[in-house]
Formats: sequence, structure tokens, C-alpha cells
Amino acid sequence: MNTALYAVTRTLRALFVVWAAFTLTFAALRLLPGDPVALMLSGRGGFAGLTPEQIARTRAELGFDRPLITQYGSALADAVHGDFGASLQSGQPVSRMIADAIPSTLQIGGLALVLALVIGILIGVAANLTASPVLRQLLRSIPSFAVSLPSFWVGLILIQLLSFQWHLFPSLGNSGVQSLILPACTMAIPGCALVAQVLGKSLHTTLQEPYADTVRATGAGRARLLFGHGLRNAAIPAVTVVGLLVGSLIGGAVVVETVFSRPGMGRITQSAVSAQDLPVVQGVVVVAALAFAVVNLLIDLVYPVLDPRIRSTGQLVTT
Amino acid sequence: MNVVNPAPGTASPAERTGTPLLAVRGLRIGYRTSDGTHIAVDGLDLTAAAGQITAVVGESGSGKSSTAHALIGLLPAGGSVLGGSVRLQGEELTGLGERAWREVRGRRVGLIPQDPGLSLDPVKPVGGQVAEVLRVHGLATRRDATARAVDLLAEAGLPDPAQRARQYPHELSGGMRQRVLIAIATAARPRLLVADEPTSALDVTVQRQILDHLQGVVTTTGTAMLLVTHDLAVVADRAQHVVVMSQARVVEAGPAEQVLTDPQHPYTRRLLADAPTITARAPRRDRTDNTEPPDAPHDSTSPEATGATAAPLLRVTGLTRAFPVRGAGLSRRRSRTAVDGVGFELDRGETLGLVGESGSGKSTTARLILGLERADSGAVLLDGADVTTVRGAARRALHRRIQFVYQNPYASLNPRFTVEELLTEPLRNHRIGAKEQWGATVRRLLADVALPAGTERRKAAELSGGQRQRVAIARALALGPELLVCDEPVSALDVTVQARILELLIDLQERHGLSYLFISHDLAVVAQVSDRIAVMRDGRIVESGPADELLRSPSHPYTKELLAAVPGDRRINSATEDTSWS
Repeated sequence: MNTALYAVTRTLRALFVVWAAFTLTFAALRLLPGDPVALMLSGRGGFAGLTPEQIARTRAELGFDRPLITQYGSALADAVHGDFGASLQSGQPVSRMIADAIPSTLQIGGLALVLALVIGILIGVAANLTASPVLRQLLRSIPSFAVSLPSFWVGLILIQLLSFQWHLFPSLGNSGVQSLILPACTMAIPGCALVAQVLGKSLHTTLQEPYADTVRATGAGRARLLFGHGLRNAAIPAVTVVGLLVGSLIGGAVVVETVFSRPGMGRITQSAVSAQDLPVVQGVVVVAALAFAVVNLLIDLVYPVLDPRIRSTGQLVTT
Repeated sequence: MNVVNPAPGTASPAERTGTPLLAVRGLRIGYRTSDGTHIAVDGLDLTAAAGQITAVVGESGSGKSSTAHALIGLLPAGGSVLGGSVRLQGEELTGLGERAWREVRGRRVGLIPQDPGLSLDPVKPVGGQVAEVLRVHGLATRRDATARAVDLLAEAGLPDPAQRARQYPHELSGGMRQRVLIAIATAARPRLLVADEPTSALDVTVQRQILDHLQGVVTTTGTAMLLVTHDLAVVADRAQHVVVMSQARVVEAGPAEQVLTDPQHPYTRRLLADAPTITARAPRRDRTDNTEPPDAPHDSTSPEATGATAAPLLRVTGLTRAFPVRGAGLSRRRSRTAVDGVGFELDRGETLGLVGESGSGKSTTARLILGLERADSGAVLLDGADVTTVRGAARRALHRRIQFVYQNPYASLNPRFTVEELLTEPLRNHRIGAKEQWGATVRRLLADVALPAGTERRKAAELSGGQRQRVAIARALALGPELLVCDEPVSALDVTVQARILELLIDLQERHGLSYLFISHDLAVVAQVSDRIAVMRDGRIVESGPADELLRSPSHPYTKELLAAVPGDRRINSATEDTSWS
């Protein structure tokens, strides 16, 4: 019962996030300086050469002459059905542009997420499992080093070495699995460092709590303590970080897709922003907010599975 | 009771009772610090015999906990055994490798840890945590272990063990958790149990049940127990042998009876003298005659300067506060009444002791009186003015008259502030006196709480627990209050420090005519400072009256239960008949 209530409130919260993202971008679109109609027509020479009647007609066609609240209502209704209007640059429906771009971004983003999790968890666990102080110190310093590498620079270095020098992977394009490796690796590095650092630290903390001494006092070994008790106790901060990671992957796509000249959400965002193509920007923001909200909703639903105390109180417990 | 493993019942006859099972000789333990090695235990000798309890007593930092951890090979980071020998059933334990230690831990030495609230894995059902011990030592298959864990929990006295085994630690009470920890420690039938302050975090009635159970385990199974504690009363009731530690060394050791009734070492004597016993404070008949000594730091305009001594300083009536409880589901939103119609009066210069176990509502009562918590109903009248309704400037003025001393002097003082900053903060907040006079005020306050001059320049972090609590009291006195609410003011302190702070509070009361509302779970501490005592349970005051009367002839069954549960009967009866309450 309580779990159901928890799930309902978290779902409502996720819906609120998506709605707020839509509303904020809508407000930005209508309230920021710059006439959307003028912007739209600018591709075709702007207002120059157009009569006031023509401008007014276009405005009416697009519904920009209606009261703001009516515009908002119909835009929201359209958005719920997946319709974000047409791109000001190309005139293509925004939903179509996004639908075309998503698979490519999902591929590198998904692979990057998997890489970040697997390697991050391995480093975080190994740093706490090893009995060698030198190795532990090394494993603990990797994350803070890796997180400080800018991803455009990493991408360029990878291209330079693995593509141009050793010809192992293609440097550009989106043909085949081979072409996924370099962009995904570039995108994965900051996330991997984050997971390793947070998991490593929270494992280290939890293994010093009194309950860990109880387990040691029963004669249990390091591995049993870490995998049987520590990992689940340390999981909550690490899982929280995964939610943030998904957000940062969306931003990372912009850099990586530009560096590796891949089509995708990142590229669409980049060109829409530079051309002030606000309907596209709005679509991208809402889709990103949706992805972020869904992932964080899933994470919220995982918490009570990981920690029974959340099941009974509905609140995160900090010990 | 199901005997799960045969081991304890089949101890060799020679080992049954009295044979040294554990022999520690010249044990030295050190911790590496930035400036060399700090010696925590220096040349410790002790033995623990089958079927008996050997107690290690001493105050914090005496090395008793390090000893306990060394016996199970789990010294904290930086700690190591530097020398000496630890022989368990003839086998040397010092110098064992990690793998060999794992065979010893749990199987031959069991640990009962200090804090049942933190010593169980919060995310696993308790049954699995007991079963794990059997699995670690290969004593049961996975399926078998689950069933036997239930038997072990039953044996440890956990009610409803089959159902409890599937519950998580947070769903159990402190006493039940400690029983789970006992089941874990005894699961693999170790011959030696090391109990590190096993009941310090528990209420006195629960403490008694747990100690009864542990004593039963020791005598019926012939296990040896090393009981590490700061509580001499517990030692007196339970142990056959005592080892008294001070500053890393054993200062005295011997049969419990002998050490406690005829202590040889000055440290042991002081420890015994400082341990609180249930002895009521002498009734003070002249109390109301002279409530306003000339040097009292009171604001001379305070109403009570003109007021008669007839009306009480504080009158609390029908105080009630409920907190919402997150129940199951939307529909069943309930509330728990933490304070339920509490009423009492407190005269000028008087101490009312409010005693109760955790969850009895005594701290909430304190917060309501201080206005830190809103009351649902009831009134708190200070000199006729209702504390619960005043707002703004009047509220601030009221705070000058009621001050608070917290339980934990480590948490209640900003460690980065100097003592001077801590003591001038209330003066600054209430704009009292000129800035130039603050220095003199600080020196006067420090002298009041018997801290040496120069303390004002030190930071709170550099002070010991006792010194910090003195600073906390000085800070409370800075505004010249009439009433001090002390919530467990000595619970975090060692017995000798505790005794000094209690003396200080009594001395300050006599000099400044202060009134105290003194809150504690410890009946012995309350007895020492209180003129009257009120016993709280489930948000209500079940009994109240003059301290000596209430302690001599309690009428409410709960008060009787509390009194009976207080450890230390044996010593009080045999050693100090003149101060005995029974």
C-alpha cells in the first residue's frame, strides 16, 4: 500500500518535471525578445519585401495572434500528442526530426552508459576489495583524474591515435558497430569516473560502519562482506548518480556528435540553438526532460527495493 | 530452548567452570598517528574462565575497547598489537594471519557489539544475518541455515522468531536487535564471548533483561565472557572478576567482590565514589528562605525580584503534543501522542528530576517548555506568563529567563568557535551590556563553572567532554536565567566527569538560586540532584513526589520496575548500607 503511494507520488513528480520543462521553453519562446514569425520568415528573406498583410496572415496561420493562454493550451495539447510544430529552418515537423535522430544517439548513449557503469563499478569495487595499499591508492585517484579530462579533447586524442595512426576505428560517421566505439568511449569517461568515485567512496564509508564489524566478527572474509553487505548499502548514492549521469549524457551528445560528425540529437540541438530554431529547441528540451524524468522515476522506484527503510517510511534514511 | 549445535553442552569437564580459557599476558596495543605511536594498551594481563564473566572497566580512552577489539583481531585502522601474548585454549592468537583469524572469529570468539542500532546490516532481514554465520563457518547448508537461524533467534529470547527472522533491523526495538546480535555472536558456539558495552545504549529495564540472558548463556553453556563496560553497577551485579583500566594500564584486578568492596588503588576508589547510586539528595528545608543571593547574575528588573515565594516559578498544565506518524497508506494517517497531558510545578531554587526511558516524551516536554516545539494544548506558565503563546520581543525576553543545556557537549558547541565567542554570542544576540564589559563577563562565567582563566582563548574542539559541558553551562548562565532545562546533561560523560558536573550544577544552584528541570534516563543521576522526581512513561507522568520518598516507597508499578532494573543492588547492599535506599 505504502509502496503504491510512493510510486504514485514519484510518477506525478516525474510528470511535473516534463510539464515544467515544456512550460518554461514555451515561455522562453514567446516572451524572449525576437519575433518567432520574423525568425521563421528570415530564412526566406525576413520581413523585407513582405507587406504587413502578408506578415499578419502568416501570424494568423500560425496562431500567433491568439491570446497567449490559448496558444499555450493548444501547444500543450499538441505536445501531449507528440506534435511540437515545424522547424523554422527546414519546415520539417519537429517530431519527425527527433524521431530520426534518436536511434543514433540512443546507440552511443546506451553503450556509453553501459561502459560507464561496468567500468565504474569495477573500479569502485576493486578499490575497496584490494588488500594492497598501492593499488588502492591508484584506483582511488583514477576517477578524479578522468573526470577532469574534457571530452572534446579526449575525442580528438582518440581519433588521432586510434583512427589516424593505428587505423583501428573509423573517425567519422555512423556505419556499423565499429563507428560506435570511439564516440561511446569518449562519452563514457566522465560518467565512469563519477560512478567509480561515488561508489568507491560510499563503499569505503559503509564498510567502516559498526555493522561491518559485526560481519567481520563472524569470520566473514573481505569479499563476502563487500558483496553480501557493502554493495547494497553503498548502492543508493551510486544509483542516484546514474540519474544525473543520464542528464549529462544528453549534454555530452552535443560535444561528441560534433567531434565525430555523427547525426543525432546532439547535432540537432547544436544547429537549432545556433539558428534560434525555437520549436526544435523546445522539442529537444521536452524529449530530454522526458528521458531524464523516466530514468529518475525508475531510480526512485529502485530505492525501496534496495533499502527496506524507504519501503516503510517513504523517505531516504541517512545513517 | 533448542540447542542447535552440540558444542557448548559438550565442553570438556575440565573446562566447565573456572578453568582459564583465555590468558592475556603483557598485551601492548598501539595506534600510528601523525606524531608517532600512541600506546592504547600497555602491558595488560587478564584471564577469562569458562562459565564466568570477567569485566574490564575504565573510562573512555582507558584502552578497554582496544582490548576487546584485539581479542577478535579487529583493531581499527592504524592499530596493531605491539607485543604480549593472547592465548585462547592454549593457542596463541597474536600474529595470526587474516585467514587464520577468520577461523577464530565467530567460531571461537564471538563479539557482542555496543550499539544495537547500528550494528546490524540495515538492508538485510535479521534471520539471514544470523544464518550467514553458520554459512561462513560451513556449519549448515543454505536451506538448513535459514531454519537454524530461527532456532538461534528463539534461543536468544526473541519473541515470534519465525516472523521476526524475515524482518529488517529497523522494524525491531533496541532490545530485540541486541538479541539478534547475541544470536549472531553465539551462532557458531564460540567458547569466548567478548561483549563491548553490550547494554549501554539500552533502557534500564531492557538492559536488565539482556544482562540476565547473557548471564544465563554463560552459566548454562560454560562459555567465558569478557564484559567491557564503564558501568560499575553492572560489574557488581554480573561479574566474577574485574580488571580496572586507566590510561592504558591495568591498575587493579581481582575477584569482583573484593575489588568493589575493598578497592586498593586510588583510581578504583575514585571510580567507586563517583559512580551514581540511588541516593536521594538531602532535603533542603531552608531552600525557599533564601532564593536570591546577592551575587545572582539576574536582571534586577525581572519580576521575581518583587514577587513573593508563594507562586511557583514554572507551572505546566495539561501539556500535550502529538506527532503525525506515517502509517501504511493514505487512509490510515495516525498520530502518536508524545506528550499527553503533562503537568507539574517547579519552585524557585528547586530541582525537578524528570525521569523516563527512551520514547517516554521527556525530551519533547523540554522542547515544549523552551518554546522550541509548538504545543497542541496546555500551558507553560513562567511567573504567570504563558510561554507557549508569546511571540516576538516578549518571547526573546522570556528566553533570557529559561535556558537550555544539551545532552551532547560535542555537538552543541561550534567546534571552531573560541570559548570567548561562544560565551559572548548570547550577550550579542540579546544586546546585553557594553562590548567592553563582555571580557569581564566571560571571565566571571568561566570562574563560575570552575574553568581556569585563559580557557576563553581556546577553541571548543580543543576541550575535553567535561570542559565542554562546563562551557555549555556557562553559556546558558550568560543571560542570567532563573530556570535551566538540562536534557541528559551528563549522559555522554564518564562517571568521574559526570560526578564533577553534577557537583557543579548543585553548587551553581545554591549560589544563584537557580531552578532546574533535570531530564535523564538515569534514575541514579536524577536522584543525586533532584528535590522532587517525576516519572514519565508514554507521554504521561505516572508518579511524582519528593525524591527521597519516591525512591524509598514508590507507589506506581512502573516506578518500582524502573528502580528494580537499576543495576548495582549487590554493591549497594554489601558495601554502602548507610546510603542504601532499600
